[in-house]
Formats: sequence, C-alpha cells, structure tokens
Amino acid sequence: MRSPAPLGRLTPATRQGLAVGVATGAYGIGCGALGVAAGLSVTQTVLTSLLLFSGGSQFAFFGVIGAGGSAGTAVAASTLLAARNAFYSVQMAQVLRVSGWRRLLAAHVTIDESTAVSVGQAEAEERRRGFWVTGLAVFVLWNMMTATGALIGDALGDPRTYGLDAAAAAAFLALLWPRLRGRDARATAALAVVLAAVVAPVAPAGVPVLVAAVAAVVVGLAPRWSRAERA
Amino acid sequence: MSLWLAVLAACALSYALKLSGYLVPEEALADERVRRITPLLPVALLTALILTQALLDDAGQISLDARAAGLGVAVLALLARAPFLLVLALAALTAALVRMLTG
Repeated sequence: MRSPAPLGRLTPATRQGLAVGVATGAYGIGCGALGVAAGLSVTQTVLTSLLLFSGGSQFAFFGVIGAGGSAGTAVAASTLLAARNAFYSVQMAQVLRVSGWRRLLAAHVTIDESTAVSVGQAEAEERRRGFWVTGLAVFVLWNMMTATGALIGDALGDPRTYGLDAAAAAAFLALLWPRLRGRDARATAALAVVLAAVVAPVAPAGVPVLVAAVAAVVVGLAPRWSRAERA
Repeated sequence: MSLWLAVLAACALSYALKLSGYLVPEEALADERVRRITPLLPVALLTALILTQALLDDAGQISLDARAAGLGVAVLALLARAPFLLVLALAALTAALVRMLTG
C-alpha cells in the first residue's frame, strides 16, 4: 500500500487545492441556509454536507423539498447529480492506488473539485497531492460553512454577487487547460461540449454532464478502430 | 418516504456511487481500450460541467450572461499564461462587474 502524498508542502497542487477549497467553501453557507429554508432541520442539513458531500446533489435535494416535491423525487434528483462521481472514482482509483481506510476516505472526497485539481497536474505525486489537499480542504470548509449557513442564515449574501460562480467555472477550465494540448483530450472536450449542449434543454439537471462521458468512450475507442482498419 | 429516510438514502446512494469506481477489479481496467478511456472521463465530464456552470441557464439553453463574460476573460488570461489565482480573480471580478452594471 502506498501512503498518501505528503500534504504539507506548498506545491502548485497544494495552492490550487486550497484556492479551490476556499472558493467552493464560500458556497457552503448558501447550502446551509437553503437546506433550512427548504424545511430540513439544522441536523439534517449539516448531515447532508457531512455524508452526502456533493454540492450539486445537495442543492438539487433542497430544491425539490423546498418546492414541495416528494422525498423520492428529491433522492432521485440528488442521485442524478452524484452519478458523475462514479466516473471520477474509476479514474481516481488508478491515480491514487489506495486500499483499506484510505480508499473509503478517498471515495468520500471524490468530487468535481478534487478530481479537477488532480487532473490539472503533470506528475503522479502532484496528482495525488492535488486530490487529497482539495478533497480535504473542500470537505472541512464546506462543512464549516454549511453549519454556519444553517444556523445563522445566508450572511454573505448570494456568492454570485462576488462572481464566485464564474470563478468556479474558470478554476475548472484553468485546471483542464494544460491537458487540452493533447489531441485526444481536445477531441474529448469538444465532443463533450456538443453532447451536453444538445441534451441540456431536454434532460434533468446532472444528465448532460453524465451524457458527456460518451465523448471519452468514443475518443478512447477511435484510434483503435482506425488501426484495426489499417491492419 | 419520510424526510429523514430521504436524507439518509441520498447520502447512502451518493457514497455508493463514489465508492463504486474504487471497487472495479484491476483486471477490468487492464484492457488497453479501457485504459485509453478512463483518463478521458474527467476531461469529458469537467468540460461539460464548465458548459453547464458558465454558459447554460436553468432551462439548459445557451445564455451569454455575466458568467460567460467571466469565463471569456478566464480564457484570455489563460492564453496570456496568467497564474491560476489571477485567472480565478479576473473571472470573478468580471462576472461581479457585469452583474453590478447590468443588474
């Protein structure tokens, strides 16, 4: 078993992970406030950040409950948005190579942010460090801010006022950026955008991102087909 | 279904999904085609995520608003090889300014 990469050093992956943790954590306060406003107790709201720990899923769950939807619909909406983490975990398992309790912990912090910071690094050790720093930073800050929001309400106001939604998208783009020099990655990204854009107007939230996984399969298989044809 | 049950079910399903990829047997991932696909999965999903976060509205239609302006400035900053934190700051500042001026 390989031990996790040391977290202490302030490498680029560490700095990026901490920055993403702060930017994401700021949304936690809105998450906490929304959970309580939707009709969940403070305990239930805080538990979703501790145990569900998938921002998009939590907002979807609260949205359904707050709008008077059924509990079953809320679970379905939440699960659709959490499903992409399964795809991340397939790849992160390869990067992290963890077992035992570290694997159980890694699974819990396998989310958009930790995966993105890992993907943005060139070296194996930085990939692991980026994952752990980001996953743990987001977990700690997200939970602290959720509890704050659930107890005292949305004290910071809408994070969008500060442009934090654009900063989140910019962070994902900046992390993917070095990868997009590769031909396969570029083709995958282009196809993913087209697929998601086509599906988005007719599919429930979470599905467009899931459908984009098809782009990875198509591009991953494509070179092999062309070789087979030549053979 | 009670609210408590729904909360716990959502949490359990979320964790099961996150754990599933770590339980895929090594042999299943040894295949060359699979090894080509799995590194591309985060690229595909995160690109689609950027699209939904910055360029699509709640109805899934393309919407060029403050978020798109922020993302556009981020692209320019990345082309100019700006450091990570500057890219984030410029995107946030742009979106906040556009909202302030148009809102």
